[in-house]
Amino acid sequence: MLTLDWILIVIAGWLALGLIGIAALRNTAVVARVLFPAGAALALALAGLALGALFAPPETAVLAIGLPDLPFHLRLDGLSAFFLLVIGAAAVGISIFAAGYFRLGEGTPPGLMCLEYHLFLASMALVVLADDAYAFMVMWETMALSSFFLVTANHRVPAIREAGFLYLLVAHIGAIAILLCFGVLQANTGDYTFANMRAQTLSPMWASVAFLLATFGFGAKAGVLPLHVWLPEAHPAAPSPVSALMSGVMLKTAIYGLLRVSFDLLGAQLWWWGALLLAVGLATALYGVVFSAVQTDMKRLLAYSSIENIGLLFVGIGLGVLFNAYGMTALSALALTAALYHVLGHAFFKSLLFLATGSVLHSTGERSLGKLGGLMRRMPWVAWLSLVGVLASSGLPPLSGFVSEWLLLQSFLFTTGLPDSFLNMMVPVLAAGIALVSALAGYTMVKFFGVIFLGQPREPKLVNAHPSSRLERAGLAWLAAGTVLLGLVPVSVIGLIDPVTRLLVSGGIADAVRANGWLLLSPSSLDRASYSPLVFLVVVAVAVLLTALGVRKFYHGRLRRAPAWDCGFPAQTARMQDTAEGFGQPIRQIFEPFFRLHRELPSPFDAKPVYRVTIEDHFWHWLYLPIARLTSRIARVVGRLQQGRIAIYLLYSFVTLIVLLMVVKS
Amino acid sequence: MNTLLAQSINLFAVVLLVLAFAMIAQRRILTLIHLFTLQGASLVAATLVVAYLTGQSHLYFSAGMTFVLKVVLIPILLHRVIQRLNVRWDVETLFNIPTTMLIGIVLVIVAFNLARPIAGLSTSIARGTLGIALACVLLSFLMMIVRAKAVPQVIGFLSMENGLFFAATAATSGMPMIVELGIAFDVLVGILILGVFMFQIREQFDSLDIRHLEKLKED
Amino acid sequence: MSLAGLFAQLLAVVLALGLAPLLTGWINQWRAWLQGRRAPGLLQPYRTLHKLFNKESVVAENASPIFRVAPYIMFGSMALACGIAPTLSTDLPLAPAADAIALVGLFALARVFISLAAMDIGTSFGTLGARREMLVGFLAEPALLMVLFAASLISQSTSLAQIVETLAHRPFAIYPSLAVAGVAFTMVSLAENARVPVDNPATHLELTMIHEALILEYSGRHLALVEWAASLKLFAYSCIGLALFVPWGVAEADTPIAIVFAIPALVAKLTVGGVLLALIETINAKMRLFRVPEFLATAFLLAVIALLVHGLLGA
Repeated sequence: MLTLDWILIVIAGWLALGLIGIAALRNTAVVARVLFPAGAALALALAGLALGALFAPPETAVLAIGLPDLPFHLRLDGLSAFFLLVIGAAAVGISIFAAGYFRLGEGTPPGLMCLEYHLFLASMALVVLADDAYAFMVMWETMALSSFFLVTANHRVPAIREAGFLYLLVAHIGAIAILLCFGVLQANTGDYTFANMRAQTLSPMWASVAFLLATFGFGAKAGVLPLHVWLPEAHPAAPSPVSALMSGVMLKTAIYGLLRVSFDLLGAQLWWWGALLLAVGLATALYGVVFSAVQTDMKRLLAYSSIENIGLLFVGIGLGVLFNAYGMTALSALALTAALYHVLGHAFFKSLLFLATGSVLHSTGERSLGKLGGLMRRMPWVAWLSLVGVLASSGLPPLSGFVSEWLLLQSFLFTTGLPDSFLNMMVPVLAAGIALVSALAGYTMVKFFGVIFLGQPREPKLVNAHPSSRLERAGLAWLAAGTVLLGLVPVSVIGLIDPVTRLLVSGGIADAVRANGWLLLSPSSLDRASYSPLVFLVVVAVAVLLTALGVRKFYHGRLRRAPAWDCGFPAQTARMQDTAEGFGQPIRQIFEPFFRLHRELPSPFDAKPVYRVTIEDHFWHWLYLPIARLTSRIARVVGRLQQGRIAIYLLYSFVTLIVLLMVVKS
Repeated sequence: MNTLLAQSINLFAVVLLVLAFAMIAQRRILTLIHLFTLQGASLVAATLVVAYLTGQSHLYFSAGMTFVLKVVLIPILLHRVIQRLNVRWDVETLFNIPTTMLIGIVLVIVAFNLARPIAGLSTSIARGTLGIALACVLLSFLMMIVRAKAVPQVIGFLSMENGLFFAATAATSGMPMIVELGIAFDVLVGILILGVFMFQIREQFDSLDIRHLEKLKED
Repeated sequence: MSLAGLFAQLLAVVLALGLAPLLTGWINQWRAWLQGRRAPGLLQPYRTLHKLFNKESVVAENASPIFRVAPYIMFGSMALACGIAPTLSTDLPLAPAADAIALVGLFALARVFISLAAMDIGTSFGTLGARREMLVGFLAEPALLMVLFAASLISQSTSLAQIVETLAHRPFAIYPSLAVAGVAFTMVSLAENARVPVDNPATHLELTMIHEALILEYSGRHLALVEWAASLKLFAYSCIGLALFVPWGVAEADTPIAIVFAIPALVAKLTVGGVLLALIETINAKMRLFRVPEFLATAFLLAVIALLVHGLLGA
């Protein structure tokens, strides 16, 4: 049997689990103890199969479902195998966590949740397997719809319904663009298989149209500026495992689509495509991280951080396109490796962080950063595991976020070889933007971790916060282990990415990297740059141990616990700690033009002083609201046709019929 | 020794560029004048080095003229102007300063790339710095656009002239003597007229904010 | 890895551990002299460290393990930084483990941990300090990276050892881009090491302190480690700066003789550098917190100019 068949069996298994979930609609025990763990096992199998398929030649299959004469073409090549690996590996942790997470009484019954969840997983896997526009679009829409229902699990909350609606709207506008893009790509041949699209050579103008449509369509799904507004609404609205799937995995299908269209389906590339992606990506990253730093809701903070990471991915892909357009294959491979490394890394650490917020939410019932604090003492497991995610997300060595940042900066440094002197000077300066974004990400993550887990509990009820369940911990631990592993053995991971870059730009950096041994990561030569996370970790650990031992040996280990110093003002309460808003204040001040800020300050005479600050998005006001107003105005004009009388409607049909007959006759 | 001197031209050029940026960022008018004086001084130094290396004696003369005019005379004039008018700060800029700086960086990149082909044609020892000179001109121009008060605008104008002068030195080892004399005279007359002009604006509007001039148009 | 290499590596780290407090003492002495005060002895930092190690550590009741681990991590990171930075030789076995970018990451790691530790107790000052430290950090990090980029474009390498070797071997010449980058690096170092225009290492005035607010809750051996790590950080920054902008005198082989000869050169450079630092700290006033972003933006701008000028004028 082919690997592809086994993968299809795994996907069918997911669908079967979903159907069983319907049968056990309100039976939480079955859903949580049997179905979700089984889903995790299938995900593990998928990851394993994908790992094998990475190095195997492409396989194809035709599924005779759907319309007659329009079967589903499927194809498993390096690119789809890599993204299947991302889906599978992240889904293992998320499914294990979900087994401990979903319970009765949260809107949608658990059985239905199970169906939607596994349908979501299966559709994502099929999106990356699709080999014709028809199958791709059907699966793309299934993915959007199943995630829409997952987002609106708590559909009794109006804000969640609105978030879901916005999500659906932007997803569909994006889908239309993707559909049009496929229409351009098939070049009037009427054959919508990807194989045919690969064979066509488009004129530069039409290729650019297709590329722009793809960037728009996939950008809408990925949450790229200015199509990002739905993301910070929809991702936090969903239950945490779903947020994790959406942020960690679903966004990556958009990246997959962009790579598939711009590298695989479109043959030659133009340099300004890369410049466009680079500019859009950098703007998105900066925008995302600045907004992330001022959020006061922990899940919104993470959602904005996802926007930032998508921006970084676009930057990497943009550099890849730029180098590829000038025929610099090795450098293009380096930039793409950085992007794909980040795809993998982000899938792990962002899922981990979203799941951690789920645990916190469950045990405290609170998502506002202003009311959390001190949870390190109550839920040490969640705290330590999410510390791993926090450090990776801040791009700190020796974890996964740093490796991709390092590779990305390296590819920026190589830009000086570009033939265009303008780009040659401009692009290295943009690396400063990447550095700023990653440093700001550190700021944001210190805020996230510090406000939730450190300090004193800001609310009395937090004292009753219970530790997370064992399954939740296991899910978190899987993702944390993945994050650490991705950080420590970059050379082996680059070996996994190599088949993908060979497929996309027919070049890879794995050989160059392996030449320097498994310990040192060095993309070209040791003289140029090298980094060894393992040595890094070991030396810091040894230094820490030696210091601790030395201090013990030469001095003493006396320690006394005492109340914290109160600055001579004993009447302090936990509410007087610095808040999340306070922590974001410097960012608010420095990046003020980014925000639409409304602030209400109390006057000195207020008996009950209230301080309120709301931060809104300029894009919402300057782009979305005008469009919405225009749409509703047009709708009102069209609405005049509605009279409410049957006779009038019959008249419309009658007139239409007559006109049609006339047209047909002439 | 001579190679070191030739390299020092580049250093002076970079100092000019950095000072141009500093002038964009500076809100205090007094410091602005100091920066302008420094810019003039580094221009003098660069011209002297070029003069020594190429042995063109008229460059010594123009260096001396620059010194008298831009390091001594005009700063003194400007000091007296701001003392008489009592202006110290120029807080209201068109864009905020970080945005202006970002635009400035883009301008520098544009200037460097524009100058590259032109510099290829030149045979002067300082041709590499043509891009920097062009960048100085553009930056000073930017400063004139974004400033709201009259005095910083005048300083921007003068600093633009510095950039032009440096460009002339860098590209062709200086302009003919007569042109330089003419320009120097023009600048001097220009600053005098602008000085009178500023006093008049103050008389008329009680402020040096040039936005008041918008009222002068016919409706 | 040869035995001599191992020896050189150990020597570099031990020398850094030993010399770092001396450098701090030297700067403090000069600061006092320049400000017309009577100076503490040169060995005062050692005495302080010894005293702090002997005291018992008082830890707040609600402190989590992060609070107790952070000083060790900070100290370990700084020790590694001193092991990587080309203080004495460019041929150290640890040098390939981290290039310039990783070194910046290492400093960021230490900063994140000490900020988390400051937030751990939940007093107002700790969080305030953490917030300010991260503010300075996120502005200084891109500027520092740009400086290192400007230097690495010259040598086509981000490996610090390689950069220093390339710079030291070139014929003596004036490099405008390096000069501008040097100014930018000095500004960043002042900010990163909590020095005067940005922060005052001697202050305990609550409204202005950054570094001192971070470590307000520490005492005893933990405080000693944090202080020692801070001097190590200053030492590492000084060595990186000296190696980049005054690269002469750094050994390029790992033979013990070459390294022993490199020590006087390093000490001489640090002696002068320390006086200069004290001078900068004396003639400048500490600025308001929200002037700090402008200060660092200037450093960043200078670094970008260095990068562009390098592109225009070439190497």
